[in-house]
Amino acid sequence: MISFEDMETLIRVKGLTKKFGELTAVDHVSFEVGRGEIFGFLGPNGAGKSTTIAMLTTLLAPTAGEAFINGFSVLKDRDDVRRSIGLVFQDPSLDDRLTAEENLRFHARLYGVPGADYQKRMREVLELVELWDRRDHIVKTFSGGMKRRLEIARGLIHYPRLLFLDEPTIGLDPQTRNHLWTYVLELKRTHGMTIFMTTHYMQEAEYCDRIAVIDNGRIVALDTPAELKKQVGEDVISVRTPDQAGFRAELKAKFGLEAREAGEELEISAAGGEEFLPQLLHEIDTRIQAAVLREPTLDDVFIKLTGKKIREAESSALDRMRAHRHGRRMRV
Amino acid sequence: MKSFSFTAIATVAERELIRYWRDKPRIVSTMFQPLMFLFIFGSGLQSTLSRGSFGIDFLQFMYPGILGMSIMGVAFFSTISTVWDREFGFLKEILVAPVSRTCIALGKMTGAAVIASLQGVVLLGIAPFIGVRLHWLAMPGLYFYMVLLAFAVAGVGLFIASMVRTIENFSVIMNLLVFPMFFLSGAFFPLTAVPRWMTVLSSLDPLSYGVDAMRQVLLTGQVPFVVLSRLVVRPVPADLALLLAFAVVFLFSAVIAFDKRN
Repeated sequence: MISFEDMETLIRVKGLTKKFGELTAVDHVSFEVGRGEIFGFLGPNGAGKSTTIAMLTTLLAPTAGEAFINGFSVLKDRDDVRRSIGLVFQDPSLDDRLTAEENLRFHARLYGVPGADYQKRMREVLELVELWDRRDHIVKTFSGGMKRRLEIARGLIHYPRLLFLDEPTIGLDPQTRNHLWTYVLELKRTHGMTIFMTTHYMQEAEYCDRIAVIDNGRIVALDTPAELKKQVGEDVISVRTPDQAGFRAELKAKFGLEAREAGEELEISAAGGEEFLPQLLHEIDTRIQAAVLREPTLDDVFIKLTGKKIREAESSALDRMRAHRHGRRMRV
Repeated sequence: MKSFSFTAIATVAERELIRYWRDKPRIVSTMFQPLMFLFIFGSGLQSTLSRGSFGIDFLQFMYPGILGMSIMGVAFFSTISTVWDREFGFLKEILVAPVSRTCIALGKMTGAAVIASLQGVVLLGIAPFIGVRLHWLAMPGLYFYMVLLAFAVAGVGLFIASMVRTIENFSVIMNLLVFPMFFLSGAFFPLTAVPRWMTVLSSLDPLSYGVDAMRQVLLTGQVPFVVLSRLVVRPVPADLALLLAFAVVFLFSAVIAFDKRN
């Protein structure tokens, strides 16, 4: 039973920690990822996501703890780890003066793809990301989305056991983003590919089988998106009203609830929203222009877990990084 | 831990060549610059210095220096691609590959050496047309030292490239080095009759080894031994050994610097 589990565990992380001087970027992180799973790291910029990826892909040595990828230690078997993984970096990493095919060939040779297999694989991965027709074009002429797709193709050509995607859709328009997810889900479906990804987009985290919510270098929750949302337990009601102060006071007096600002509207978390909403409309005298009931999103999960919205967390994390002036690293 | 791979070296070098081939202005400038030097310096200085005490035609004296200098320029410039890779993110792709850094550095140096030697072929080819007397038997030797010199200079360039962050910084350092290296190389005047300090500095200049070796390869048999011995600094095997040592030392310094910085 245990050995069977071992075979199926592609990522095993124990107490992984990275310090940059005073700043603890990743703080005793532990988790496991099984074969065929899409595992997401969700958190604001500066939460430690990219640092974790850098350690798991042998680009950065951990301060403490250990990690095994495909059974290989990221400390001791770096080349074996590297051969086991495909990696799509957060920032572009193509040679844009080469053609798409030349970028792939470079990668395939460095990763020891047998010459006899190369043509077949090249066609396979380029067709997967729908760039086969553009294989002889210089990458400079590609759009951002095409470059990303080519990077994914490149990350796959050496047939890795698992694929790391660091903020794969950052800077892409929503349509391209959805498109990209089609490929990723296709990969999982047809190849049983294991995928580890980081994101700070809540909508994207929904695609994951499991999510680790990370804040200030620590995993604050780890579960399926559905379970995480269930943890919140409460539905969310958004209310639009011309008199926010009046509404708040009344809400407090009559229900003992606090409302929080969400753009133009106020949001209330309440259990059993379907029953609560009619009651609310009935009892509140302040004029209400619109009221919408929705189920909790991962955004709400994040608020519940960390006490802040992911946007706010982002700016505070950036402050933290600015305060730590020498902490800029990870430029390879 | 890491395997040595000729495929990796060839792959890294091939990419350098593809990039060079696509960069037409660079091809034109690398081909044009040495020709300009040869014509302007050659014809300009020849008239003033032909009565000098060298005992040989100045063009014959200077030709190996021009070879060395253009090889150095091209080899140096080629290593800028490493800084470019860093700025544009491609370096990550290279560094995360399951290939040793030594192979990557060797690939970069090989690419630079091949590009530089392409220019060497042009310079050897035009020699007869500009009045340089060049025995065909001297060609393989000249070519060999051009490649070796390119390799050593590329090692220096790579070492610098591994230390700097931006292309601007690299250019500044390169400019700072290229002119002293050129003037101390013995390309223009023999290093046999210069002040002691210059001898010392020259002995640290890889270009001086290359020029010294190529000058002997070119002039042996063309001028009396007495004349030649007044112009050369050290025997050819010593130049060869120094060039090799230079290439190896800087290759590993570059690899270590890379590991440190990343």
